[in-house]
Amino acid sequence: METFGLWIAALLTLGIMSFLYKDNPIYKFCESIFIGISAGYWFVSLFWQSMYPRLYLNIRGAISTLLHEGRISDDRWLYLVAGILGVMMLLRLVPKIGWISRWPLSFIVGSTAGLYFITYLQSNIMNQIRSTIIPIYVPGNLGISISNLIVFVGVFCGLVYFFFSREHKGAFGGAAKVGIWFLMITFGASFGFTVMSRMSLLIGRIDFLFGTWLGLIK
Amino acid sequence: MRREIPLILTATVGIVYIISFFIPHRPFGSVETLFSDWILIIAAFAIWLGALNLLRVSADKIYRKKKDWFYALVTILSFFLIAIIGFFFSRGSHFQDVGTSFDYLYRNVYNPLSATMFAILAFFVASASYRAFRARSWEATLLLLAAFFVMLGRVPIGDMISGFLPENIRLSAVATFIMNIPQSAGQRAIMIGIGLGIISTALRLILGIERTYLGGD
Amino acid sequence: MNFFDKLMKIDRRIIFLFVAAAVILPFFLSIHQKILISPEVQGLYDAFESLPPGSKIMISYDYDPASAPELQPMAVTAMKYCFTKGLKVIILGLWPQGSIQANMAIESALEDPRVKEKNPQYGKDWVNLGYMSGNELVIQRMGTDIPVTFPRDYQGNPVEDLPLMQGIKNFSNVDFIFNLSAGYPGTQEWVQFAADRFHAKLGAGNTAVQAPGMYPYLRAGQLVGLLGGMKGASEFEKLTDFEGKGTKFMLSQSFAHAIIIIFIIIGNLAYFISRGVKKK
Repeated sequence: METFGLWIAALLTLGIMSFLYKDNPIYKFCESIFIGISAGYWFVSLFWQSMYPRLYLNIRGAISTLLHEGRISDDRWLYLVAGILGVMMLLRLVPKIGWISRWPLSFIVGSTAGLYFITYLQSNIMNQIRSTIIPIYVPGNLGISISNLIVFVGVFCGLVYFFFSREHKGAFGGAAKVGIWFLMITFGASFGFTVMSRMSLLIGRIDFLFGTWLGLIK
Repeated sequence: MRREIPLILTATVGIVYIISFFIPHRPFGSVETLFSDWILIIAAFAIWLGALNLLRVSADKIYRKKKDWFYALVTILSFFLIAIIGFFFSRGSHFQDVGTSFDYLYRNVYNPLSATMFAILAFFVASASYRAFRARSWEATLLLLAAFFVMLGRVPIGDMISGFLPENIRLSAVATFIMNIPQSAGQRAIMIGIGLGIISTALRLILGIERTYLGGD
Repeated sequence: MNFFDKLMKIDRRIIFLFVAAAVILPFFLSIHQKILISPEVQGLYDAFESLPPGSKIMISYDYDPASAPELQPMAVTAMKYCFTKGLKVIILGLWPQGSIQANMAIESALEDPRVKEKNPQYGKDWVNLGYMSGNELVIQRMGTDIPVTFPRDYQGNPVEDLPLMQGIKNFSNVDFIFNLSAGYPGTQEWVQFAADRFHAKLGAGNTAVQAPGMYPYLRAGQLVGLLGGMKGASEFEKLTDFEGKGTKFMLSQSFAHAIIIIFIIIGNLAYFISRGVKKK
């Protein structure tokens, strides 16, 4: 079975790679399998890892308490609310009553808004600003002084560039221009790393094909 | 009430999360924990919604015999294959354990497909770079130069080429400088800008000013 | 259409062939390359080195097999290092596939003779708490109570029965957190919830796509060190003296980068020369 599985994996890999020659039925077939399998994977995963332990087991526990101990006061009944909201989410599939899905959606939107409000303020704004406003002259260390200055200028000018509600002219425009230069360096570096990442993934597949499947590489 | 109740819910949940950050004790802490569990259940149903919608669209394609309807059939069959195996033939909640049928499908079908989809991007990155990456302006040249130095400096070949230079100006040192200083500065500016955008959007959502997520009536 | 115009419009499949050759051929060559260590990797290694034997380190596997070529070498090296140095490892995953990748990393690590000598035992030297859905909410909950967040391990054993988990209440009982991340949830969430909110000491290994975005956190001290992509993995392997796939694949990486740069140069030369010819 392992050998069979290995061959399936290799043929599917080659099927996807056939797209490099041109779009063809084999590639479309493999792509369709990928779409179906991915959707099914998450469908199953989320059931067993989220719905089953959090919803089903809690409700089952609450029902068990009611039946065996005759006690209705159990915090786990509150999970029924989540189940109802979940079903309301699925009603989006029915156009006439799709508006009902706004209730559970608003839960998700509210929680994300509340959570991100604090965490982004703390980690991505306050801490970043704090580590930008650092001494630009460090006695005895010219290298660090220059680095700190470049970082400060880069962050400041980059933020000036993103200020679109004022026209970029004069000194303001000059600072925005410097900001663009820093952003171009950032994007160039990101491009370089993206190339590195994509190549690494390709190397991984080649290692699978030539090493694991064909056994040509040790 | 179709729009008012969701707005009240958004505001309530958002405020509970914000307050629980500062007052993690009862009742805010326990309400926040309960809401977190609810949201995880609702989010799971949201993903289910996506999967079911995929099935609906695929089924519609087959029913109306649209172009490439055969591939929609393959999609549906693949979905049901893994779903049935995952629900009924893979030891329940231990469905991902090594040796289950689900794990077998995962390792031999999902893995290679997913990995290869990303891997072929390497070819397209090369082709796109060749065709579109032009030093047409000073800014584009700066971008190109940064990419050059980083790409060469991050692999050993860069230092092989620049081995004749002093160590602190070899390609790897230049790449390290670019990543740690100007690149960090640019990333930080982007990070702060995005952060400001997020907190202003979050505030607008909680206060009910931003309502586009509710859609039309 | 002159020669340079034709060069600019070359069939992309020819480019694909060159890329494929650049990646495949090095597998059959044995050229030794010198790996130089960058400060961010050195910072991470120094953080590991500062931990005395018996220290508790939490490793979060937040990636899937698609990102394994970059992150799995980091994971294997980290496990080998921890086992040989006597560090106690608490494994978990915020991605469903993460804990499976962890088991694969441990299997590889246990094959190393130096690790076999130490004979690490499950429950005493490492535990795998498995996957928990919830993304950053899981990290937030762990900040207050890890056993409540993960009541059972990957195999279903109650966490209080595991010797390694005795005395582990929250992040203040963990000496170091090492996050391997390919996206969301990942390093950013660990920085926001573990490092900034609960003041945990945090290091990270990221895919090369994600790594540039983590440099601000590194510079701000929110991360003590960072491994970026396969190069980061190879540097870490060199520092820990556990050579693996990260080092092995660097030759292909070098050739691939060189070919991309050559193509960009050719493309630009063709463009400028063609433009010059047209102006004349």
